[in-house]
Amino acid sequence: MPVKITVQEPLRKLLDNQPVVEMCGSTVGDIFRALRQRYPYFVERMTEPDGSVRRFVNVYVNEEDIRFLQNQQTAVQDGDEIRIIPSIAGG
Amino acid sequence: MDKQPGFMKALKCRECGREYPLTATHVCEFDFGPLEVVYDYDKIKGALTRATIESRRKSMWRYRELLPTAGEPTVGLEVGFTPLIKADRLAKRLGIRELWIKNDTVNYPTLSFKDRVVSVALSRAKELGFTTVACASTGNLANSVAANAASAGLKSYVFIPSDLETGKIVNSLVYGANVVGIKGHYDEVNRLCAEIAGKYGWAFVNVNMRPYYAEGSKSMGYEIAEQLGWRLPQHTVVPMASGSLLTKIQKSYQELTKLGLVTDSKYSVHGAQPTGCSPISVAQKAGLDFFKPVKPNTIAKSLAIGTPADGFYALKVMKETGGAADDVTDDEIREGIRLLAECEGIFTETAGGVTVGVAKKLIASGKIPSSDSAVLCITGNGLKTLDAIMGHVGQPREIRPSLREFEAMLESENKSAISA
Repeated sequence: MPVKITVQEPLRKLLDNQPVVEMCGSTVGDIFRALRQRYPYFVERMTEPDGSVRRFVNVYVNEEDIRFLQNQQTAVQDGDEIRIIPSIAGG
Repeated sequence: MDKQPGFMKALKCRECGREYPLTATHVCEFDFGPLEVVYDYDKIKGALTRATIESRRKSMWRYRELLPTAGEPTVGLEVGFTPLIKADRLAKRLGIRELWIKNDTVNYPTLSFKDRVVSVALSRAKELGFTTVACASTGNLANSVAANAASAGLKSYVFIPSDLETGKIVNSLVYGANVVGIKGHYDEVNRLCAEIAGKYGWAFVNVNMRPYYAEGSKSMGYEIAEQLGWRLPQHTVVPMASGSLLTKIQKSYQELTKLGLVTDSKYSVHGAQPTGCSPISVAQKAGLDFFKPVKPNTIAKSLAIGTPADGFYALKVMKETGGAADDVTDDEIREGIRLLAECEGIFTETAGGVTVGVAKKLIASGKIPSSDSAVLCITGNGLKTLDAIMGHVGQPREIRPSLREFEAMLESENKSAISA
């Protein structure tokens, strides 16, 4: 079942400028692997060679940072949203 | 993009070094790393001397060649050059030879160091043609964006956690800003703002304007060095929320050294966090170069960032400079606020209580040797966080307007003091 993935400007151009991309899978890791099939550059840029998410990139499932869940083992289901957001400064 | 970048050269990724034009953008498209402003230091060296700086008005803009605007600044011309106070009484209480307070509790116009970053961000935003500015904030930044936008004739939106201290909420509303309270902690406000910033054409000072915004913090370091008689302090203790200020203090010291404005000397930069939100200090104490995000629970709401964007870089700076980090409980934060107030007559907000409390610990443990000299960066005013210490500083005694009652009160207090 599809999960929605959203990315903000200026990184959206790496997803062919689409505001939302849909992928199927049962965990965040599955979704990243599916995303890599279609947009290899995007996933390579947001992850380290060992597959972990770069330290200045935050990934959320719905409202929650995956580091407070089970990272890439976090389960996702139909209709969930994954947001990929680079770190922003303090305030 | 502005055709005349002043003394700026480009935006550069802090990870891979790729360069980008000087637009409103904050992230590298190659590895998603944060962008930072780089300067033409040869050009600056030819333009900036101690004499030039000293001849200018006393504001942060006396170092304007080192701040990222293309032309002359247009917002916040009076910001900065806050007092550096020699704190002998507090030095004695903390057990150190020499102590200085960089007192940004009286920064203009909104009584926190955030006026420095906002002055830069809004000046640059105007250069880039923006008419609406915005921020995600733990309070102080919201106050400063609201006030400086009002004086610059810009429209503003400020996004804050809805449970902030009353003082900080009123201090944003009064300027006519659009204040949006988010039912969540700062990290959630931040996430939302990253999404809003991508959708609307606004200058979000700590999102798409971040590379310029963050540079404003350097002015605190330049001022400390100039006010010490053009020398770098042996130790600087800095509160950490995202960790950005700490990294910019180091950058300011490096730049002054590179430009020959101070002599090259050893300095250490130390970090302070509240125990209820201490991802960076926990990592530093464990000797790690990465941190684990946390859910904040502290009275130091201005430092309540559980996923600090510059945490990694702050850890790196402390390691490079021989600095240390520590954290203090809510009670220790209140004690720090009282210590600074009672010894030096300076009323700081909770973040300052954190800095004083951590300095006390670092001195007691010898991480800051008692024979050395240290500067504490006190970044915000206590009048904004009255909620945090209400009920912890005693109550006024009430009497009728009668000399007899006053004398009876004194007598009874003297008696209880003697019996105690």
